[in-house]
Amino acid sequence: MSEVWQGYLRQDGRKGIRNVVAVAYLVECAHFVASKITAKFPDQEVHLIGFPGCFPNDYSQRMMEQLCTHPNVGAVLLVSLGCESFNRAKLAKVIADSGRPVETLVIQKAGGSAATIAKGCAFVSDAMAQLATVPRVEMAVSDLIVGTICGGSDGTSGISGNPAAGRAFDQLVAKGARCIFEETGELIGCEDVMAERAVTPELGEELRRAITKAAQYYDVLGVGSFAAGNATGGLTTIEEKSLGAYVKSGDSPISGIIKPGDVPPKTGLYLMDVVPDGDVRFGFPNISDNAEIVEMIASGAHLTLFVTGRGSVVGSALSPVIKICANPDTYRALEGDMDINAGAIIEGMRSLDEVASDIVDAICSTAAGQATASEALGHQEFILTYKSFEPIGPACLPAR
Amino acid sequence: MSTDAAKLILLNEADNVLVAMGPIGPGVVTLPDGRSVEMPAQVTLGHKIAATAISEGALIVKYGMPIGVATQDIAAGAHVHVHNVASRYTATNYRVEDSGVAYE
Repeated sequence: MSEVWQGYLRQDGRKGIRNVVAVAYLVECAHFVASKITAKFPDQEVHLIGFPGCFPNDYSQRMMEQLCTHPNVGAVLLVSLGCESFNRAKLAKVIADSGRPVETLVIQKAGGSAATIAKGCAFVSDAMAQLATVPRVEMAVSDLIVGTICGGSDGTSGISGNPAAGRAFDQLVAKGARCIFEETGELIGCEDVMAERAVTPELGEELRRAITKAAQYYDVLGVGSFAAGNATGGLTTIEEKSLGAYVKSGDSPISGIIKPGDVPPKTGLYLMDVVPDGDVRFGFPNISDNAEIVEMIASGAHLTLFVTGRGSVVGSALSPVIKICANPDTYRALEGDMDINAGAIIEGMRSLDEVASDIVDAICSTAAGQATASEALGHQEFILTYKSFEPIGPACLPAR
Repeated sequence: MSTDAAKLILLNEADNVLVAMGPIGPGVVTLPDGRSVEMPAQVTLGHKIAATAISEGALIVKYGMPIGVATQDIAAGAHVHVHNVASRYTATNYRVEDSGVAYE
């Protein structure tokens, strides 16, 4: 498997592995119109993203800025109703300053739904013609940011899929990639072992603080990051789920903590702290796996590894998702939705190292343009909801 | 080694539970260390059984780490799950009817 490929060079210098036109609604009231525009370009790289809320939120503003200037995104159409609070002018300026073509359509000024759809389609057609001439650039594993999440976990996840993903992460970090693992609510009980891996004692303390914050947050909610299906699959407690999830971070030293939208500054392994700061205000930290994938992408992930036991079928807008199935029975049932059969480890057919190498090969071929299972099926899930964060402290990125 | 032993794995030497690699039980099964235990009910892929008798209040250890506390005495060979283990952090959310627990 070649570990070098041709990516897409953006004017801001970032290198992408996809060449997407993003159509972004800025309030739920503009969602339908935006979706009608993307629907005119089936099976093309035109993806729908957006924020549904009408009221201002710094987190979602920053997330949309990071998503719209993601290296996989080449051009952006913003679709606004007109009276929502979202700061569309600021978002458009950030996109324009990055060198990407951007157009804002305000439905109330553009003549309503039909006129906005027509204008939007015209912009997307022009943007796709421009993106066809984006300069190509050589990329290698050292240019990649890779996220990992797990969802629909069961008793096999921590034995096959997650440790194989962890070994793949070790290989990626050794090759110079930036790797992100997450879901502090699913690392509860792992704080001591994790803190020992921090590159400085101060970072170790920050890691502990992040897990304590998550435990307190979920305590207020009264429910852990644990779905009924996790128990069906043999997981008994959040600690057990956490230990299984933790191993997908591999064995590399932990170089820092980031929050959603922060881009890891250099090679290494980073924990994303996804639990909001301050009082419990907007409900669950991440209402579904898709919200976690979106946060990975906002932090620059070119692609995301998704380890599943029960059998998630999702993909994502903007960046490919590589699905690693931990459970051999689930793999047989949902083979068309899966990229990697880590269930073969359970059945004694493959070793952890062999599956880790399969994962690294899949990352390289996906980065070179091959569609993942979810991309081929047309999956483009996206969800963004209200949250609030304080910026990270100085101890969180010791090597910056 | 019987086929039973291949279906139950010990993930860490410190563990007091074994993980099923496929459906196993009920009845007498052979553990990886050669001992035999009576499994009162079947467990399925990814579920756990007690490797030894576990007393109420003792820690359940998997991956060499505590994953919760026994809420009742658990016999060697019995299913270890939501019906006899509690989290030390937040309570587990599950549906009784599909938690995989057979009433023993």
